[in-house]
Amino acid sequence: MNTSPPRALIAEDEPLLALALQQLLGQLWPQLQIEARVADGISAVQQALTLLPDLLFLDIRMPGQTGLEAAAEIADAWPEEQALPAIVFVTAYDQCALAAFEACAMDYLLKPVQAARLGQTVQRLQQWWQQRQPVQGKDLAMHNHRQLEQLLGLQQQLLGQVPAALQIIQASVGNQIHMVRVQDIIYLEAADKYLRVLTAAQEYLIRTPLKDLLPQLDASEFWQIHRGTVVRVQAIASAQRDESGRLGLLLRDRPEKLAVSRLYATRFKAM
Amino acid sequence: MFAPAPLFRHAGITVAACLLIATALTALGQGLWDVNLAYSLAIGLISWLSIDLLRLRWRESDDIPWPRGMRGMAVVPLGIAAGLILGNPLGSFYVQQLHPELPAAARPSLWLPLAITMATSIAMSWGFYVVGKSRNLQMQAEQAQRQAAEARLSLLQAQLEPHMLFNTLANLRVLITTDAPRAEQMLDHLIAYLRATLAGSRHGTHSLASEFALLADYLALMQIRMGDRLSYGLHLPAELAELPVPTLLLQPLVENSIRHGLEPQLAGGHIAVQAGMLDDRHLLLSVHDNGLGLPALPGQPPSGFGFGLQQIRERLASRYGSAARFDLTADSAGGTRACIVLPLKSQP
Repeated sequence: MNTSPPRALIAEDEPLLALALQQLLGQLWPQLQIEARVADGISAVQQALTLLPDLLFLDIRMPGQTGLEAAAEIADAWPEEQALPAIVFVTAYDQCALAAFEACAMDYLLKPVQAARLGQTVQRLQQWWQQRQPVQGKDLAMHNHRQLEQLLGLQQQLLGQVPAALQIIQASVGNQIHMVRVQDIIYLEAADKYLRVLTAAQEYLIRTPLKDLLPQLDASEFWQIHRGTVVRVQAIASAQRDESGRLGLLLRDRPEKLAVSRLYATRFKAM
Repeated sequence: MFAPAPLFRHAGITVAACLLIATALTALGQGLWDVNLAYSLAIGLISWLSIDLLRLRWRESDDIPWPRGMRGMAVVPLGIAAGLILGNPLGSFYVQQLHPELPAAARPSLWLPLAITMATSIAMSWGFYVVGKSRNLQMQAEQAQRQAAEARLSLLQAQLEPHMLFNTLANLRVLITTDAPRAEQMLDHLIAYLRATLAGSRHGTHSLASEFALLADYLALMQIRMGDRLSYGLHLPAELAELPVPTLLLQPLVENSIRHGLEPQLAGGHIAVQAGMLDDRHLLLSVHDNGLGLPALPGQPPSGFGFGLQQIRERLASRYGSAARFDLTADSAGGTRACIVLPLKSQP
């Protein structure tokens, strides 16, 4: 049994809607403490990682970054000795996202949020909260692993719905434009305002953000392994854990060792 | 694209015409029926095949399956020549094989087939051409109608974007209990916006004042939702208020500014919509924002971005031809500037 009151964070950019959700939650679940209300995807990550709440209500379309991106970033940077928060997404109308939520068994709310529907969510969350044991060690890892898998599944679902089209990346080198074949790319890495594009022999810098490029790559060929890294699956030679439990990748045609972050580490398991 | 169907149809009609000619000649006492049919089929089919293949080979577009200029004029004479030069020996060959008893004089002379071939080829080519053309025109008319209906529907769909509608209703739902007068205000804006949008999707033009009123309602709705993250200015000189403009012309631009410029930007921003005269014959409409600016990937605009712009271009082109202009430029200070130039008098 969990006796301490649950703590929640609301991320919603429209002030009236954020306030209303807070009030409605107050009526339906008086024990719930709303620790913070934020209005954009960047503050959502900052506040969530500072306050470490038990529950997140995330709007999908927000300034800065979307609720989905924020959720991935939060899960990735969440302290390992803590249980991950439960996430409820809130959206007015996103057909693709809704299908993805249903497939991944994540809870979501449709705006306008109605008391009866929110009541169902609250019931489910209360149940989850009461059953949640103060878990530790191996159980915690297992517990978190399942949730990370759900989140990653959601991301994959959403990515998979955009047709991959990109064949060539145009990168400027001096006064030339190099046509880099996507099939030659080993990995992509975000670096400040640029994106590094690495082939076996060369490195290019382009200005397109990874976020914009990723949906245009074939999701079965290129795996995201970190917030800022995407690697061609076929170029990976092996994945291994170091002493501190961090997962790293060795590549076939490049000397670098690539770090895999927590969210994406769930993809690497022996068959 | 090559469609074999018209070729088969033409072949059938050609054979029928050959049968008719052979029967007519026989009835007029011009030799044996089978000899006439052999000549007529040999000449007719070769002429037809040459004409049809030549016109397909030389055509310039799929819509008009007849070549232009000299080639177009040469197709029928070349077909006739081919028919006579290749078909006549075939006919003679038939006579030699099956009717060796016939004297050479009993065979049809050269002049009669020449006249008949010329008359039929020209008449039939012209007939096929006219039928094909009218079919094509009919298809084009149907297509234009379908496109117009689709454009109206997609305009309406873009206008009544579900994300905007449901978010607006969500705000309204909150205001009803917390701030009833403001809820009423918001509802009035929503009603006016919906009414103007539905009317606009049915009519081609309305006054510039109506367009600005629609924008004012839309922006007021958005401001209730976004709070101080959105500020805006609408500037319409009184003397331009009654000028006719295509309905819902500026609304997609304002929506793009909000959706792709201000909404994703943490601090929000400002939108300025202005109408003015470029010179004494051209109206200049502009939507300017200080948002995020144009997407980084040219040719891969975020979903919903390209559609509205494409539609504006198409509507301007169909109404004003090349007299109207639409430019979307990145502002040097960040943000986006969309400019539409319209001629005061639409094209004749």
